[in-house]
Amino acid sequence: MAFGPYLLLATLEGLVTAAVLALMALGLSLVFGVMRVVNVAHGEFYMLGAVLAWWFASLVSGHPAIGFLLALILSPLVVAAVAFIAERLVLSRLNYEPEATIVATIGLLYILQQLALTFYGPEARPVQAPFDMRISLPWFGYSAYKLAVIAASALMMLATWVLLTRTKIGLVMRATQFDRETAQAFGIPVDRVYAGVFALGAALAAVAAVLIVPIQQAHYLMGLDPLLLSFIVVIIGGLGSLRGTVVAAILIGLSDGIISMFFSPTLAKMLATLLVALVLVFRPQGLFGTVAR
Amino acid sequence: MREDRNSNILSSSGLTRRTALKGLGAAAGLMAAPGFVRYAQAQSSEPIRIGFQCHRTGIGAAYGRWYERVTTATAKLINDEGGINGRPLEIVIEDDGTDPARGSEVVQKFANQHKVDLVYGTLFSHVVVGSAPMAGELKIPYYVVSEGYHVASGKMNRYCVQPGITDVKAQVRSVAPWIADNLGKKVTLVYPDYAFGHDHRDFFEPAIQAQGGEVIAKVPIPPTETSFTRYFPQIPRDTDVIYHVMVGPAVLTFVKEMGEFFGSGGPQLFGFIDSLEAVDINSPGLEFLEGSHFWEGMPRYAQPDQPDYMTFYRETVGIDENGASRNDPQDVSTAAHMFGCWETLYVIKAAMETADYQGPDDRTKLIEATEAMTEMEAGREHPQGPKVFNGKIHQVFGEQNISQVKDGKLEVVHRTSIDDGLYEPEADYTTMSF
Amino acid sequence: MRDARSLWLHAAVILLLFALNFLLPEYHRGIFSRVMVLAVFAMGYNLAFGYTGLLSLGHAMFFAAGLYGTGLTIYHLGWSVWPALGAGLLAGTLLALVIGFLALRTTGVAFMIVTLMFAQVFYLTTLYFTTYTRGEEGLVLPQAMRTLALPGASFSLTDPTTRYMAALALLTIALGLTLFLVRSPYGRALIAIRENEERMRMLGYDVFANKLGSVVISGLICAAAGAAYAVLFGYVGSGFASIQYSILPLLWVLLGGAATTLGPFVGTLFMFYIIDTASDYTTAYLLVVGLALILLILYFPKGIAGTVRERWLPWLP
Repeated sequence: MAFGPYLLLATLEGLVTAAVLALMALGLSLVFGVMRVVNVAHGEFYMLGAVLAWWFASLVSGHPAIGFLLALILSPLVVAAVAFIAERLVLSRLNYEPEATIVATIGLLYILQQLALTFYGPEARPVQAPFDMRISLPWFGYSAYKLAVIAASALMMLATWVLLTRTKIGLVMRATQFDRETAQAFGIPVDRVYAGVFALGAALAAVAAVLIVPIQQAHYLMGLDPLLLSFIVVIIGGLGSLRGTVVAAILIGLSDGIISMFFSPTLAKMLATLLVALVLVFRPQGLFGTVAR
Repeated sequence: MREDRNSNILSSSGLTRRTALKGLGAAAGLMAAPGFVRYAQAQSSEPIRIGFQCHRTGIGAAYGRWYERVTTATAKLINDEGGINGRPLEIVIEDDGTDPARGSEVVQKFANQHKVDLVYGTLFSHVVVGSAPMAGELKIPYYVVSEGYHVASGKMNRYCVQPGITDVKAQVRSVAPWIADNLGKKVTLVYPDYAFGHDHRDFFEPAIQAQGGEVIAKVPIPPTETSFTRYFPQIPRDTDVIYHVMVGPAVLTFVKEMGEFFGSGGPQLFGFIDSLEAVDINSPGLEFLEGSHFWEGMPRYAQPDQPDYMTFYRETVGIDENGASRNDPQDVSTAAHMFGCWETLYVIKAAMETADYQGPDDRTKLIEATEAMTEMEAGREHPQGPKVFNGKIHQVFGEQNISQVKDGKLEVVHRTSIDDGLYEPEADYTTMSF
Repeated sequence: MRDARSLWLHAAVILLLFALNFLLPEYHRGIFSRVMVLAVFAMGYNLAFGYTGLLSLGHAMFFAAGLYGTGLTIYHLGWSVWPALGAGLLAGTLLALVIGFLALRTTGVAFMIVTLMFAQVFYLTTLYFTTYTRGEEGLVLPQAMRTLALPGASFSLTDPTTRYMAALALLTIALGLTLFLVRSPYGRALIAIRENEERMRMLGYDVFANKLGSVVISGLICAAAGAAYAVLFGYVGSGFASIQYSILPLLWVLLGGAATTLGPFVGTLFMFYIIDTASDYTTAYLLVVGLALILLILYFPKGIAGTVRERWLPWLP
């Protein structure tokens, strides 16, 4: 394939990866930023979102779009509820000790994985895309749904941005993030904010998962790789920076795709990872972070 | 739910098996029919215990579940027919988490805690390789059902055997001539960038060259990859055939994205069904596979001309004509591999009977009896087809199926011969000490 | 008094483990050999994480460097065990030096992510060179080559007693080294850095050099565990370089008690037995493991040894 179309393909692929990654990382970044909690179970919320999407979609017959939309609405809600309960039952009692929460969320990871394996099974199952269209370019074909994923993700990011910056909920969240004690002194129910943030973070992961299941499949072990990638995105972008998270997601998505044009795939992955690591080595606060912690 | 149901099936069959065996033991004395003579000689009615190293969790769980079902069904059948040397067969299951370190621990547990007679049933190559040293040190026979080239390479030890499923080297050599004759001579390989994929690459290239074909490009995919489209431009335009073999949960994506990329105008496809084991071939997005070809160890879909023993096998392990569970048509089996469990258990039975196996002291005799095996006839014990065992490299050889997707079903279009897969042995376990 | 007590305690633990070789049933003896080697891995991790406060998610690469350094020299070059162990230690130490030098430019969560990514690169490297490493599938070291030559005698490391004793010797060295370090001025400096890096800097300490030293010694201990694993269990595979083996020592240390000398061993042993026992009773054993982790951390937030120290034995090192 000629260089131009190849680059176009690598870019498109990179953007799809980035779109999903950005959503998931945004969820992680909220939890990380507001609660200072390393949520190892974030990838499992993503997995749970995908598995539930399959289940909801399989409940209804008729046009695949109906099942998909049902999943897009219900799956994040259920995941948010699960996260809310986990936060109230476990994390809040640990006082958000960073180290204790790592163990607790690893425990949660095991529990969610086992439940998925027991009730959903070990297979990878696909959800039908809401529409099935293949765009035929002169050089290659491309799935129209993938382009829709990029758009949907952008919309979700925008909505979250509005929520964070233009609403009272967002104000309360930012206040809590900025200074927990003072927020409490001003009558902000910090406990409820934390539970809400944890649930919102999980819901964002679930939305990312619902968007991805028509492309990839729901599988009970699907959570780990996106978890690692979204950790990387959050830190590279700079903690607490929405803009940074988006830029970092695009950077990682594209570098992975474009470097793979020139090297054998595994070598490309090694180089891309090394490159991103070195960004952090020489700019420890991340691309858009201000305070080095 | 599903897992619960499973364990219920297991425990209840365990119960009925035991009670059935009590009845059998009593009946054995009554039945002096010639076929039962051997059983009457048995000195002990202690069960023969086989440790089943099962991928219940981890990346191999989809295979593990079906390996477990086939193992349970086969053990029940063997017991219903009188057991081994008149002794009932008991399967002890331990989960290895599809992890080599845990696998090695599980072998220890089988040998030293459960005190089983032998260990059996591992599929994933890295678990086999990780567990083999421990099996050798504890001097416990280790019968694997893995299709890897590890055993035949001579790098394991005298206690590791693979008598129930062919290895990747033989599979690849078997299908190469057919590919060259029917699909095309310019082949691009797409494979996972680790040992399993490298085996395909290294064995296929000389095999296709021997047929006058050539490998014009190799596309190794990193195992952590979840999206594949970006690699497809590396496939040259003049490719006749894409030879693809992927494993893991992302394989469906791989096949689907290949369809989106090439549409209907792309090269011919030849794949190893490993990519789609436990996956419905009619899943959304897989439509473009129509007309493409797959290697299958044993056909997933019931074939019109299949022999009676094949029908019997399919009924006993509980799969319908589409290769899915009888209880749940969405629960697709790993039909192309799991027959290996059935055949391996029957090989163990035959070897134990030849060696007059009494207990752990006879383990070396058991290995020697297995090594002495040569031809295995197709039939109830070997429903996949006839086999030839090579005792020097502890590896069995057999026929392979090449199937085409027609109307959303896999139809066998060619069956290779045993000779197609034979190769020069690279080792001789029989000269190694126990 | 305080010093004597803790020395006696450690001596007693080692003696008890020695005695257990003769008392434990065969299966559990085998398991203890393995747990002791992995506990050394956790001890190495504990030095960086527990005592110096460096939360790394990349220690699998140091363990794997030891594993591959030893395994590949035996498998491909036919080296005998001692020089091969040396190669493993050297590989791990050099890697730790380079990684530490780069990664320590960052702190906190950025350090965690940088180490994670370097470890990922290392993991992919083991796959990229599948021709030599057999990647995921791994290599089996021939039994005959796993022989430890000592003056006057040579021992096969495939023998259960030899293996147990070798693992115990390694554990004793690692435990002794940790104990010595944390009681030395250097160890106290590391703990002080963990508590307040700024103050140490103002007091004139070279914080970077101290942390680098901690990472290198930590890498050395982890590599020793990896090298020992290769010769004792005869298997070398890239799974040991994967992220899972970076998370495990963190989990073991947190369960046992961070910044305690015995915690890593206690945590490793506990984690092994909870999995092993739960899988005897249910196929859904990961559920039990998950619940156990959560309950444990709810009621013993400082880990097992950490809680014991907090509530009952304040002198515990």
